Amino acid sequence: MGVITIDGRKVNFTNEKNLLEIIRNAGIDLPTLCYQPELSTFGACRLCTVEDDRGRLFASCSEEPRDGMVILTNTDRLRKHRKLIIELLLAAHCQTCLTCEKNGDCKLQQLARRSGQTTIRFENYKEMVPLDFSSPSIVRDPNKCILCGNCVRVCAELQGVGALEFANRGSETMVMPAFDREIGTTHCVNCGQCRVYCPTGAISIVHNFTPVWAALNDPNVRVVAQIAPAVRVAFGQVFGFRSGENVIGKVVAAMHRMGFEEVYDTTFSADLTIMEEAAEFVERVETGGKLPLLTSCCPAWVKFVGENFPEFQDNVSTCRSPQGMLSAVVKEYFRDRKNNPDGRKTIMVSVMPCTAKKMEAKRPNSFTEGQQDTDFVLTTKEMVDMVLSTGVDFDAIEPEAPDIPFGFGSGGGVIFGVSGGVTEAVIRRLVPGNDQHTLNEIAECGVRDGAEESFIREFSIPYNGMDVKICVASGLANARKIMEQVKSGEKEYHLIEIMACRRGCIMGGGQPRLSNIKKGIVRRNGIYAADKETVVKKCNENPMVLSLYDGFLKNREHKLLHNPMFCAK
Amino acid sequence: MLEEAYYQKADEIIEHYGKKAASLIPIMQDIQAEYRYLPGELLTYVAGQIGITEEKAYSVATFYENFSFEQKGKYVVKVCDGTACHVRKSVPILEAFQKELGLSAKKHTSDDMLFTVETVSCLGACGLAPTVMVNEDVHPKMTPEKVQALIQELRGDKK
Repeated sequence: MGVITIDGRKVNFTNEKNLLEIIRNAGIDLPTLCYQPELSTFGACRLCTVEDDRGRLFASCSEEPRDGMVILTNTDRLRKHRKLIIELLLAAHCQTCLTCEKNGDCKLQQLARRSGQTTIRFENYKEMVPLDFSSPSIVRDPNKCILCGNCVRVCAELQGVGALEFANRGSETMVMPAFDREIGTTHCVNCGQCRVYCPTGAISIVHNFTPVWAALNDPNVRVVAQIAPAVRVAFGQVFGFRSGENVIGKVVAAMHRMGFEEVYDTTFSADLTIMEEAAEFVERVETGGKLPLLTSCCPAWVKFVGENFPEFQDNVSTCRSPQGMLSAVVKEYFRDRKNNPDGRKTIMVSVMPCTAKKMEAKRPNSFTEGQQDTDFVLTTKEMVDMVLSTGVDFDAIEPEAPDIPFGFGSGGGVIFGVSGGVTEAVIRRLVPGNDQHTLNEIAECGVRDGAEESFIREFSIPYNGMDVKICVASGLANARKIMEQVKSGEKEYHLIEIMACRRGCIMGGGQPRLSNIKKGIVRRNGIYAADKETVVKKCNENPMVLSLYDGFLKNREHKLLHNPMFCAK
Repeated sequence: MLEEAYYQKADEIIEHYGKKAASLIPIMQDIQAEYRYLPGELLTYVAGQIGITEEKAYSVATFYENFSFEQKGKYVVKVCDGTACHVRKSVPILEAFQKELGLSAKKHTSDDMLFTVETVSCLGACGLAPTVMVNEDVHPKMTPEKVQALIQELRGDKK
């Protein structure tokens, strides 16, 4: 608590953890490359350096606020200092900006502009190193790394994985997996959070849209797509829409124009997931099966279980993820000559907020009848790039509804996009009643955040005379914590829902980046608002789901909706 | 795969320092003292045993010049290239060693596994510059001419 003078203005502060936060709250966006409020303070980039009244220079991210401080943020000295830092970073940077995946979305680029960089006086003598294309999800380009350490810290601190670390020293320092292995061969879980936190193009998404364009232009191919729940609240921001605004109708319309014949909604198969997962849960409870039941929707989490808690692999639900279910159902649907009179080949494309889904699609258990169910996984970011390349005026395009018979999901399917959504949908399935009162009670049972954001939520609900103990967690570091407690017997649950990315899929590794990670709340609210707008709230009241079970799906539930075996990767 | 004996030795060393993250460096030092290098498989093993990621252990091991994943020769020649030694012409001494032993800036160890030649930033013996250390022995006021004699002496020592 106290008062700090910043550039001559008095600013009150309370419990901000460092001076930088106070300066930013006071409306001065000091540049940083390595500072992330959710991660430990690293102090590597020195861009947030400020000056005090005695002419002392120090990095504000690493400075504890003290009452009475007098701080200057915009002196000649500081401007010169910042400009030099950027110049040195640029000098050692692989400046292929115009063809870089992060072109226009690169923090280094933005800061180069902000610092008014016009020349680089120094020569780049760094040797080029080869790119790492080994992962189905991310590409590593060490030549573009500025050693901010964000990826290292997010992987270790928020994800509890630690697949990347600094190696070597001084001018030879690089970020890499142990022994400079290819990232695709390591215990990396493909969540893509490193890419979200990477300020430059050093870590980017593996692009799969070239073969999708080829398929769209092939008259002998029917290209079918599905759009995941979390995509709708992140897509619009790139086109100037408010963060968190639901633009599913516009995305569907744009995709129709691009030549996708059928655009389905993954919320539909999220409903199928809940039908199956709730049944599996009840069966396990009633027959004394393996508990706790671990959710299987998130492929990064499934891989994490395989790598770190293999003894729990039978606890993982046998249900395919919503992506897997819808692709399997759609492929089966078009395998039937009745639905495919001209016998064309069907290519299934999924639009996901997630880089790990690219890995899931290639997992040995994501095949039906020897065919890969999901042919191509495109992240939200890739679909944004595709729409941009078409020149379609996204702002003006009239929204269109997804196609039937797999384009209609319940509110329970929509909330899959946020951490806690799967569990809430399961509870909706199991608790009778669909009135406002019941739904509100479910929403307030502990499955959602309270007044404060929390990434581990424990609660219990009464069901059939028993107390069902549930844990909902997001961020794999939290998952590790929970699983250690379950392993040691310290905690007991019946159901554990894990999403690898904090706050759930809305903050997935394939989403457009937010300028401020805290804006994730806006996307979450967008998902809950989209749920409110749905007519049907529960999967078992979705007429399309019910008719599918009654007809097409009969005796094929196991083949299409469940994994024949556990596969971590 | 390394032989079982390596893991047993590592277990002994880990036991001695305790299974905690802070033991990493002393454990690596002892392993290197034992085998004259740090076998990568053992580093992975140690990381698992003391509860840190393999990446973290690799990060620490590559940070310090002293740790080597390559087997070193019987004689480790450290040519000091600190400021004092450098101005007193340590580079020609290094080059003499490299030429005599067929080594380069990339190849540090001779094929017969007798010599490893590396530079160090300062041995703290600036008064004796230019200085060279062979294992634990200091050789003060070195010259390129003395290099050959030294190598011969060490080779003779072989038996």
